Amino acid sequence: MDDKTGDKEGITRRGFLGMASLWAVILSSLTLLAGIFRMSKADVYYEKSRRFKIGRPENFPVGTVKKLDDKRVFIFSDNDGLYAVSSVCTHLGCIVNAVDWGFQCPCHGSKFNRDGRVISGPAPRNLPWFKISRHVDGSLVVDAGREIRTGTKFRV
Amino acid sequence: MNRSGMDKFKENLKNIRASFAASLLRTKRPISGRSRAAVMLNNFFLHIQGVRTNINTLRPSYTFGLGLVSLFLLFFTTISGILLMIYYSPSTGEAYNTVKDITYVVFAGSLMRNVHKWAGEGMIIFVMLHMARVFYTGSYSRPREFNWLVGIMLLILTFVLNLSGYMLPWDQLSYWALVIVSNIIQSSKELTDALGITPYFDIGGMAKEFFLGGTVPGKATLIRVYFLHIMLLPILLFIFLGVHFWRIRKDGGLSRPAGSAEKSVFSWPDLLRAETAVFMLCLAGVLVYSFYVDAPLREMANPLIPENPAKAPWYFLGLQEMVSYSAFMGGIVAPGLAILGLALIPYLDREDGHAGIWFSGRQGKITALQSMFAGAAVLAGLLAFVIRFGWFRNWWPDVPQILIIMVNPAGIWVAFVALWSLRVIKKTGSTRMGAIALFTMFLVGYVMLTYVGTELRGPNWEFYWLKSQWPMH
Ligand code: HEM
Ligand code: FES
Repeated sequence: MDDKTGDKEGITRRGFLGMASLWAVILSSLTLLAGIFRMSKADVYYEKSRRFKIGRPENFPVGTVKKLDDKRVFIFSDNDGLYAVSSVCTHLGCIVNAVDWGFQCPCHGSKFNRDGRVISGPAPRNLPWFKISRHVDGSLVVDAGREIRTGTKFRV
Repeated sequence: MNRSGMDKFKENLKNIRASFAASLLRTKRPISGRSRAAVMLNNFFLHIQGVRTNINTLRPSYTFGLGLVSLFLLFFTTISGILLMIYYSPSTGEAYNTVKDITYVVFAGSLMRNVHKWAGEGMIIFVMLHMARVFYTGSYSRPREFNWLVGIMLLILTFVLNLSGYMLPWDQLSYWALVIVSNIIQSSKELTDALGITPYFDIGGMAKEFFLGGTVPGKATLIRVYFLHIMLLPILLFIFLGVHFWRIRKDGGLSRPAGSAEKSVFSWPDLLRAETAVFMLCLAGVLVYSFYVDAPLREMANPLIPENPAKAPWYFLGLQEMVSYSAFMGGIVAPGLAILGLALIPYLDREDGHAGIWFSGRQGKITALQSMFAGAAVLAGLLAFVIRFGWFRNWWPDVPQILIIMVNPAGIWVAFVALWSLRVIKKTGSTRMGAIALFTMFLVGYVMLTYVGTELRGPNWEFYWLKSQWPMH
């Protein structure tokens, strides 16, 4: 019955309305789905801050390494200054151990040299170095959210 | 004729057993052909099955009852799981203590926990065996292709359900498995990093946050995993299972050799008797095993100290072995390709006439054996090589990650399996033989990698022939 109108060039009114409502259904369902997924990501995470104080420089005499377990960093101190190296393996997130020649991951055997560069194993990246700065009260602050170039040390 | 009300009452009381049975079965005693048909048709639980069953279906050496065993194990996990829910509390502070209570102070709690654990892990073994039975009897061919796909979904759900359950006790095993899994989810970062586009499009990081409900495993994560384990995944599993059984009926019952005698018997009592026997065996097996073997419970989760070696649950250790070369290839691409390959089997092998015959005859047996030995030899050689000599990064520490993503043991193994299967197709001129090669090597790979990951890997994921050689701390 509509065949005649369908033969005409372009699109019929009925066809247009049909397609329009179909797309309205598809688009609104997709929006709904996106909203559902977005809902699963809260705007605020009640997690520990990635910036933390580690105390005064005197606590880190030259030539020492301190492992701050709960912060997941190593703080090294040598003649050129202080630096913070992450202790989280870049492979799948285990905590690496410090050994004479560098770092060893217990999970799948990644090895890093003393600068945190990967020397073997599956880890795809070097252990990141984090930015160290000084608070006005004199204590040092590590920002685990900011990676810096390997080799940049903080002069006290 | 003039019976008193009291007489009627007494008579009803006397007949109560028969009249209740009749109301339950909606028919007379199932002793004639007619009433045996009626009892199957008229009962909600029984009408899922046919009135008559082909005798091939009842041959123990055809199905080995493996699908049924999977189903009954699922029943046991469901019931024991509901009982565990009475005490379990999914909060990071409480979870571990409630599981400990279940294990040590609740009456029969430890038994229920064991039943839940072993029946659940048993499902992995029996679902895989069931899949192998379906495969080697060629039961995926027309018209059962779709049910094979439904089966693959059931397989995935079985794995994910087990994994999510593993994380609930919030002990060291749970926590470090969670860390590893969430980073595998994140591992496409390896690729975006290598391409240098992570700052603009960090799909791995987004997926990880979606799963963890944060950037590190914590409160939000445990609730998410709990929700998956007790709601979403079971609901999906039961829906797919409903479709699975419905399709078995619609596809004409179980497969059988073409032209075999169309001899059938009444389902009541022959089929039901066989099913009850399998049920009793399953129940006995699970109870005895659970009585003697306890589900492990380590110390409470400690985010500061990883277990060494930090291992995923055993059924994922094959994956972990592959992951220990490249997280992205071993954890996402290789298993993804394996699942895709399995799913496509019925659509790429459309040869009819094989259904119902184990290995499709002599040639299939030979192909399966050859593939098994070739696969085992190549995989053992590959593993021996990397265990002895390491991989690219051990030789050239500065090798770009993209090269390792593209060339690594997991990828080489997948490529070998694909090429070998194609070669079999070419040599035999049969896609069914190619499928047999592919599937056999999938099983060989799963079993061997799992064995290496479970038994031969010790602290720092180093290689040891025996657990007794592990250095002690
Ligand atoms: C939760 C997991 C599963 C359960 C409870 C289950 C249950 C069953 C049952 C009870 C049967 C009847 C025959 C028998 O016992 O062997 C069956 C048949 C079948 N299953 Fe499954 N199954 C599961 C997973 C799978 C998987 C992983 C596959 C394959 C990828 C699969 C594919 C099939 C096919 C194709 C049939 C029909 C076999 C034939 O016609 O001979 N199922 N399943
Ligand atoms: S997590 Fe460190 S090697 Fe895998």
